[in-house]
Amino acid sequence: MTAALPERPKLSRRFRLQYEEAQTRWVLLYPEGMVQLNGSAAEILKRCDGQRSLSEIVSELEQAFNAQALTPQVQALLEEGQRRGWID
Amino acid sequence: MAGSTDPTVGQPLWLLAELTYQCPLHCVFCYNPTQHARIRDELSTEQWVGVMQQARLLGAAQLGFSGGEPLLRDDLEELVQEAHRLGYYTNLITSGVGLTPARAQRLKDAGLDHVQLSFQDSTKELNDFLSHTKTFDLKQRVAKLIKAHDWPMVMNCVLHRHNLPHVGKIIEMAVALEAEYLELANTQYYGWAWVNRDHLMPTHEELREAEAVVNRFRAEQEGKTGPKTRVLFVVPDYFEERPKACMNGWGSVFLSIAPDGLAMPCHNARDLPGLQLPNVKDTPIAEIWQRSNAFNAFRGDSWMKAPCRSCDERHKDFGGCRCQAFLITGDPTEADPVCSKSPHHEKVVQLVKHAPGKRTIPIVFRSDAESRLLHPDA
Repeated sequence: MTAALPERPKLSRRFRLQYEEAQTRWVLLYPEGMVQLNGSAAEILKRCDGQRSLSEIVSELEQAFNAQALTPQVQALLEEGQRRGWID
Repeated sequence: MAGSTDPTVGQPLWLLAELTYQCPLHCVFCYNPTQHARIRDELSTEQWVGVMQQARLLGAAQLGFSGGEPLLRDDLEELVQEAHRLGYYTNLITSGVGLTPARAQRLKDAGLDHVQLSFQDSTKELNDFLSHTKTFDLKQRVAKLIKAHDWPMVMNCVLHRHNLPHVGKIIEMAVALEAEYLELANTQYYGWAWVNRDHLMPTHEELREAEAVVNRFRAEQEGKTGPKTRVLFVVPDYFEERPKACMNGWGSVFLSIAPDGLAMPCHNARDLPGLQLPNVKDTPIAEIWQRSNAFNAFRGDSWMKAPCRSCDERHKDFGGCRCQAFLITGDPTEADPVCSKSPHHEKVVQLVKHAPGKRTIPIVFRSDAESRLLHPDA
């Protein structure tokens, strides 16, 4: 059973999202761990600020990357993030 | 060749800064080198800053301030502040001794990201006995101080036969203290723990029971919402059939700097024979990481002997731990004898089996005096 996604997902204050020059990618840093993110995961997590709703995040990404039907991808990442404690 | 780097060499993503080997505790399972009292000439503040700056450029992102007890360095706040400025995720690995409210506030202001606090047991008696100090109550106070400063807290407890039966209580304590993570670290037999291994070695049954308690707790947590304590159970590798992927491979992601500036691919590598460990006092980190003999000694798989050389699991566990291979077989290029494929595996089996009968010599508490006794001519 996974809990429902929050209306306005927010990156947990227990994780730090940061661009790593040496790795040329975004990472999530937390106690004794580092998740190396792919480009799309980073773009989604950057927008999880507790202000934007899921649909707002999706439409922003669709506009920014000239793409369509991103909802399933964004939702899957957020569910994964919630399971792993990245998302409050 | 200027700027040329070997593309097969990764980045030192994890930097461990062992600021000092001095420690107010006397833990019998400490992994520090037993010759700590002979090791002098700690790096200066400026030298540590240089280490952090160079390692950051090479990709280091996680930084642990450890020891010994890093709070014994009165420049810790300054180092944390510089680390924060450089973009590190900073971790203070501490016994709690010396973390006063005033220092905690200064470390918070300096940008410290998280704190790992050690406990020796859920009971005052055993905590204070194993560390040969009266620190149990202090650690409880420090845990509250850590939470009051809103740091995520990792509680660390080294496990062995004395406290394995208390695992349930240790978990309860971590939950009560609101630790985000509890690291139940089964003793790794290096340093003082190697000296005291017979006293610490559990039985298979004690381990199985403790692991069952951990699994029950994890199952209970599954359905819960709200804050959770995540329990990490560091495997007791003497009781396994396959070795740990030590350091995720030699010279792969981990860079440890000892108090005297020695650079090591693993914080126990000081004792390995034949390694000329470089020192940050006279060698740039990039050169150490990419080109030093010590960091290349066990990179990749060309150093491996049978059975590792042709093993289909060699890229999974990298042959296990070089220090363990040396301690048990006398040869650091052997397969980690924890592996059941190792021709020396029986030695590990015997170490476990005969431990109970070898407890006639007294347990040795880590101290400067014992260190000098163990290393009279160092």
